[in-house]
Amino acid sequence: MARHVVAAAAEIPPGSRKIVTIRGRQIGVFNVHGEFYALLNRCPHQGGELCKGTLIGLALSPEPGVFELTRQGEMLKCPWHGWEYDIRTGQSWCDPNDTKVRAYPVTVEPGETLVRGPFVAETFAVAVEKEYIVVDV
Amino acid sequence: MTPEDGRTIPSESSARASSTKLKVIDCDVHHALRSYKDLLPYMATRWHSHAEKFARRRPAPFQASSPYPKTAPALSRTDSWPPNGGPPGSDLAFLQEQLLDAYNIEYGMLHLLMSGMDERNQDLGNAICSAINDWQYEHWTQKDKRLKAAIVVPGEDPAAAVKEIERWAGNPDFAQISMVTHAIEPLGRRRYWPIYEAAQAHNLPVGLHSSGTNGQAVTSAGWCSFYVEEQHNVALSQQQLAISLVCEGVFERFPALKAVIIEAGYVWVPSAAWRLDQHWARMKDEVPHLTKKPSEYFRTHLWYSSQPADEPERPEDLRTVLDWIGWDRLLFSTDYPHWDMDNPETVFKLRLSEQEQKMIYNENARAVYGFA
Amino acid sequence: MSQTAAAAAQYTALGGIDCDVHPAVPGMQTLLPYLDPYWQEQVTVRGIDGLDLSSFPIEMDAHGRPDWRQPGTKPGASLARLQADALDGFGSQLAICNPLYGVLAIYNEHFAAAVARAMNDWLAAEWLDREPRLRASITVAAQNPELAVDEINRRAADPRFVQVLLLAQGEMPVGNRRLWPIYAAAERHGLSIGVHAGSTYRHAITSNGWPSYHLEDYAAHAQAFQSNLLSLVHEGVFNKYPALTFVMIESGFTWLPTFMWRANKTWRGVRAEVPWVDRAPSDVIRDHVRFTLQPTDAPPTGADMERLLNMIGSDDMLLFSTDYPHWQFDGHNVWPEGFSPALKRRILIDNPRNAYPRLKEARP
Repeated sequence: MARHVVAAAAEIPPGSRKIVTIRGRQIGVFNVHGEFYALLNRCPHQGGELCKGTLIGLALSPEPGVFELTRQGEMLKCPWHGWEYDIRTGQSWCDPNDTKVRAYPVTVEPGETLVRGPFVAETFAVAVEKEYIVVDV
Repeated sequence: MTPEDGRTIPSESSARASSTKLKVIDCDVHHALRSYKDLLPYMATRWHSHAEKFARRRPAPFQASSPYPKTAPALSRTDSWPPNGGPPGSDLAFLQEQLLDAYNIEYGMLHLLMSGMDERNQDLGNAICSAINDWQYEHWTQKDKRLKAAIVVPGEDPAAAVKEIERWAGNPDFAQISMVTHAIEPLGRRRYWPIYEAAQAHNLPVGLHSSGTNGQAVTSAGWCSFYVEEQHNVALSQQQLAISLVCEGVFERFPALKAVIIEAGYVWVPSAAWRLDQHWARMKDEVPHLTKKPSEYFRTHLWYSSQPADEPERPEDLRTVLDWIGWDRLLFSTDYPHWDMDNPETVFKLRLSEQEQKMIYNENARAVYGFA
Repeated sequence: MSQTAAAAAQYTALGGIDCDVHPAVPGMQTLLPYLDPYWQEQVTVRGIDGLDLSSFPIEMDAHGRPDWRQPGTKPGASLARLQADALDGFGSQLAICNPLYGVLAIYNEHFAAAVARAMNDWLAAEWLDREPRLRASITVAAQNPELAVDEINRRAADPRFVQVLLLAQGEMPVGNRRLWPIYAAAERHGLSIGVHAGSTYRHAITSNGWPSYHLEDYAAHAQAFQSNLLSLVHEGVFNKYPALTFVMIESGFTWLPTFMWRANKTWRGVRAEVPWVDRAPSDVIRDHVRFTLQPTDAPPTGADMERLLNMIGSDDMLLFSTDYPHWQFDGHNVWPEGFSPALKRRILIDNPRNAYPRLKEARP
């Protein structure tokens, strides 16, 4: 793993992003409420440029007809098929597979009703040094 | 320290060479008008002010929205908006870059999602269809020989539709005939037969892409509430369309006719065919014009574009389904630039042999559309 | 491959539960004694009759198997024939009666509710009282959910009524919230909801308009059921009524696995529109929806059927049915190839007992 400076911290204010190329890979760097995260710019579903997707919140609901928008700006909607990804972890939120043939380890986060799925976008460790953003690739 | 190595990738330039050597025939590409004004040069003067004063009239509640708003603007990938402006699919250069060049597309079969067929003012509807065909020819197929248009016809006015077919038949830029699928009657019904007669006479398939509004509930169980339902119900309508073509005897009356069912996927075909066979066995006296089991027509006269490709948990289940349908029935399609489009490089999660790939991505479509 | 009645009796000697038989209402004359004086006069003076549903033309062989017909009567009108043909014929310990008659399509909701009540009274008196192996669906006028709830509450004390019956092609897909009072009442009383093939003709038989032939109408039931499944899942019926089971009756089931693949795929992209749907539609359907066996719409070989059943991903979903007196098979050939003996047993007994809370008392 090598460390790459990708931008000045001021270049990526909260709610914004920058897509950079590091060692031939496109990586999206996101500022989520002052914290930085990096995701590979390739959706594990069909290869869409995930990091160009729309920033959204996580819509949850305790019952039909009640809508709660949580975690605004913390989720990424793939520009292609619209799958929702948690920017912090790269985890997709819909469980795509469930048949009697294949057993899935399934965890449910306390306070949340969505099931963790197997699709994980590749993530990279990010730190802020002095005023610059550094990504480990 | 200064930024090194990193550079922002501008969103305009995502062109790259395809990683596959296989030439792909994409059987569902959506070009788009920049606006209705693009058609006016091809329409009689009376229609120029008509558009401003009277707007389009279809059996649908909103002037500029579906009653089921889609999951993305213009139903499209959010990264498919051309950098030079206009809606997704309206810029030829960007379409070439994002689709044709990116995926080694040999031919792209164009399907415009606008038609004059469901326009309630029939004279206007006829004029729109003709204008669309003129516009496609001048701005698309003549500018990129990979693109093939469908002859858009006003199917509710069969005489006008046949006239429009005669205008373009024989022109190699037009590879098929298209009608909206949510028509006034199921498309197998006799009122549409003059179009099939012309199609057969000119050796042109009919490419039936889900489209149009007819005032019927979007599901056969009534009006659903959500787009998530409507999106799937569109495929169910296409299933009913295929059943109509078969049961009405279109392929008996027009044995050389080929029909392509577009944007319905394909995994539904076996169960629809089995169901028809089972009940036809006891109801065949009602349909003496059918000389074969219904399932046989699904095998001989119908083809199915692949998108939206289904994703069973066990990818090999798709192999079973394709064995049931017939490997020669499937025509690869992307549905570019829509949000649920399929990437030809990643869409099939099951292992396909070289021959199977050739068939699905190229040879089946070649045979249907008569490409050399 | 044909089977003798003896062979058929062998595997049904366990005593299956037939989840779809159709006693026929001969006509309004039959229901008159069960209507109150006002409606008796209305029916008589106005000559109201002929309410057989267009979805099941009684003249058609498909809707009355020739060897199950009695000359001069509607197929399914005779209790004695139902006993012999369906109950004894298949060794069933129980059969659930789903009478199909015009009430569901009548526009005057007061009349519809009155006819529904009369049908339920008639069914109890002339069928259930006379044959202890029979169970029944409660006919309701779903056109007015309040009146439907009244009828459910009225009927629920009779444990022989195990289900509330709706038609697949009503005014709106069956998940719609306007129908939820019916589901609340059903859940409260331990009743399942049966959605039976057929149309009230509020909408064209297909979303593309009116087909020419009955064959197409009949095939189109399959798509209507699929639309209804989408509705049930996405409206959140099972979020609200987690104890409810819906039974799709005379729907076919071979379309189910490929349908579920597509439903899951669409949901993954559009989830935020219906955020209460917190797991894949296929999971919801496997937990809450069941399908009767007939029509089987079977593939050409037993090996194909085995593969198809495997794709469904659950052995719990099918419920035995003959669909008497509709003609779905010849002789006793109720099973296509591809069903193992163990699976048949589940479909004959375990699955119906689990689908109907009120059938827990049935012989396991």
